[in-house]
Amino acid sequence: MDYFRVLVVDDEEVFLKTLVNRLNKRNVDTTGALSGEEALELMRQKLFDVVILDVKMPGGIDGIEALREMKKIQPLAEVILLTGHASVETSIEGMKLGAFDYLLKPIKLEDLLVKMAQAFERKDTHDQKIRSARIKELIRFPGRVFEQEKEEGR
Amino acid sequence: MKTPLYKNLQKKIIVITLVVSFAPLVALGATIYYQFARMYKEKIEEQIRYRASAQAEAVDLFLKERTAILCAMADTHTFRDMIDEKYLARIFEVMNARAGAFVDLGVISNSGQHLAYVGPYDLKGLNYYQQPWFDDVMGKGVYVSNVYMGYRQSPHFIIAVRRQEGLSSWILRATIDPDIFGEIVRSAQVGKTGDAFIIDREGIFQTRPRFSGEILHQCHLNTRLFGTRTTVIEEKSIQGEETLYAGSWLNGGKWLLIISQEAREEMTGLLATRNVEIVIVLCGLLAIILTTVFTTRMAVNRLRDSDQKMNELNAQLIQSDKLAALGKMAAGVAHEINNPLAVIIQLTGWMEDLLYEEEFQKSHNYEEYKQAIRDIEDHVERARKVVHSMLGYARKMEPILEDVDVNETLNQTIDLLENYARINNIDIETDLASDLPIIANDQAQLQQIFLNLISNAIDAISKDKDVTKETGSRGLIEIESRQTDSHIVVTISDNGPGIPKDQQKRVFDPFFTTKEAGKGTGLGLWIIYGIIEKMGGTVSLKSQEGEGTTFTVRIPIVKPEKK
Repeated sequence: MDYFRVLVVDDEEVFLKTLVNRLNKRNVDTTGALSGEEALELMRQKLFDVVILDVKMPGGIDGIEALREMKKIQPLAEVILLTGHASVETSIEGMKLGAFDYLLKPIKLEDLLVKMAQAFERKDTHDQKIRSARIKELIRFPGRVFEQEKEEGR
Repeated sequence: MKTPLYKNLQKKIIVITLVVSFAPLVALGATIYYQFARMYKEKIEEQIRYRASAQAEAVDLFLKERTAILCAMADTHTFRDMIDEKYLARIFEVMNARAGAFVDLGVISNSGQHLAYVGPYDLKGLNYYQQPWFDDVMGKGVYVSNVYMGYRQSPHFIIAVRRQEGLSSWILRATIDPDIFGEIVRSAQVGKTGDAFIIDREGIFQTRPRFSGEILHQCHLNTRLFGTRTTVIEEKSIQGEETLYAGSWLNGGKWLLIISQEAREEMTGLLATRNVEIVIVLCGLLAIILTTVFTTRMAVNRLRDSDQKMNELNAQLIQSDKLAALGKMAAGVAHEINNPLAVIIQLTGWMEDLLYEEEFQKSHNYEEYKQAIRDIEDHVERARKVVHSMLGYARKMEPILEDVDVNETLNQTIDLLENYARINNIDIETDLASDLPIIANDQAQLQQIFLNLISNAIDAISKDKDVTKETGSRGLIEIESRQTDSHIVVTISDNGPGIPKDQQKRVFDPFFTTKEAGKGTGLGLWIIYGIIEKMGGTVSLKSQEGEGTTFTVRIPIVKPEKK
């Protein structure tokens, strides 16, 4: 498996700590965040490939709100939602907002790893596409490098 | 259901209705009969009274006529002429020719000597001076005797008149033929029991009555009961026979003419009327009884049916209320349990991960730990399944409406389970209505319902497996679909052991299961109950212990929207 960076967001401290430990043990570069705010702060500082986000978090901003913000900060990061059964609708709403998929709690680590791999693959494909598109564009119109920079700067 | 309650109600209604309708009918019948009988009786009395007075008049007239003739003869002939018996005989002939009923004629001197006589008896020469009537005639001038035996020793009565001729007087006396007189009196007899006779003031028969009595014998009637005008009296015999007597005085109050009539004979018309009335009233009563019983029974049955429906409805409401409340609670509980489970699974996973590290590998309890962790995971998995099922019930997800062919869904479900059934020696037979409409429903949910019910049926039969094995018979599940006005009805019947009565109410309760611990959650029927309720349908069961169970699912027909 390729090396990739993961952010896990959950308000249950023991759960978060254990999951982070287990993922790290499997050579996934994992960081934990106990709240939406903390997660957003981390994302502003560091790039993540996959975010695992608990939809239901009491106090502070809830999962959906956090998702919206995350997509603004790092549009290409894939988000996997964790949910209890009763909030399936919330998860579907989350998918509309650009989440990759959702998993029902309690999760098995194997399922999560598979889902993460898929998410990473998609993110990777997206990255590749964008990169190759840019390269092609630059080869065809080298002058656009500046335009691109302008656009990014906007 | 409390049958005695309805029986009592029915009895009460019937009794009240009958009393209320009988009373006026019987009262009316009795009143009419009583009034009619009274009028009828009055009429009969009137009639008999009239007959008595008419007959009395006729008899009186008869006597007056005879007296008048006798007077005329005495007044127009002299004593001298009359004592000539030839002359007397001629007069006798004339009298009999004109008026009749005279038996003999005699002339008696003022000293009582019978001087001349025409008639069948040899009475000439007898002296009447000592006879009681002689003084009467001499005193009053005209005399009609009572019936008496006299010299001739046979009952008769006489009419005698006195003729004053100068200073001396003489008597013309005639005997009236008692037969002819009796005949005249008897002409008033009517019917088989009617009688007519004459008695004197002392109640001695003056004519022979038709029944019970002879001339000159005492009559049982008390003459003082009869007033001066025609009187009707009633008399009851020992046998209860009622007899009417009408009495009218005649012959100057000396004689009483009696007309008698047995009431029964006169009353036959009334009796017939009474019988007809009784028959009509009885028919009416019978009709009332039948109608009352019939309508009451019908009404009470209706009442009972609607009560029963009401009770069933109430039971259903209670059931769904109970299940809804349980559902909410279950969802809450499931949620609270879900989070710790998620943590536990991660922790056991972490422990497992750590076990692979070298220091643990060396521990002599390594295998024990590993097994323990596996066991924990297994049981957490079990708990997870339960929680998921419970959440599945509480899930508020709206069913996705798609075009569903119920038969096709059934067939798909049966295909899924066919193998499982065959292993358990069970045949599945289907009888599906071919013309079921396509309805808008959630196919996955329907499939879940059918899957659950059919696999329950298979489990139920295979629980009875020992029996099927011994007898060599195979289990049978019959699946039937048909259409009613507003529903598609699917019945799933098995020939398994059936469900005991006391458990039937509880099969839809969560965590109710007859399976071994750990094999079933007891949530299956509970969940499909919830699904079907949400669809607007119903599910019910009928079960006979030892014969099998039938589940009936009623799915509302919702026409798919036209696209």
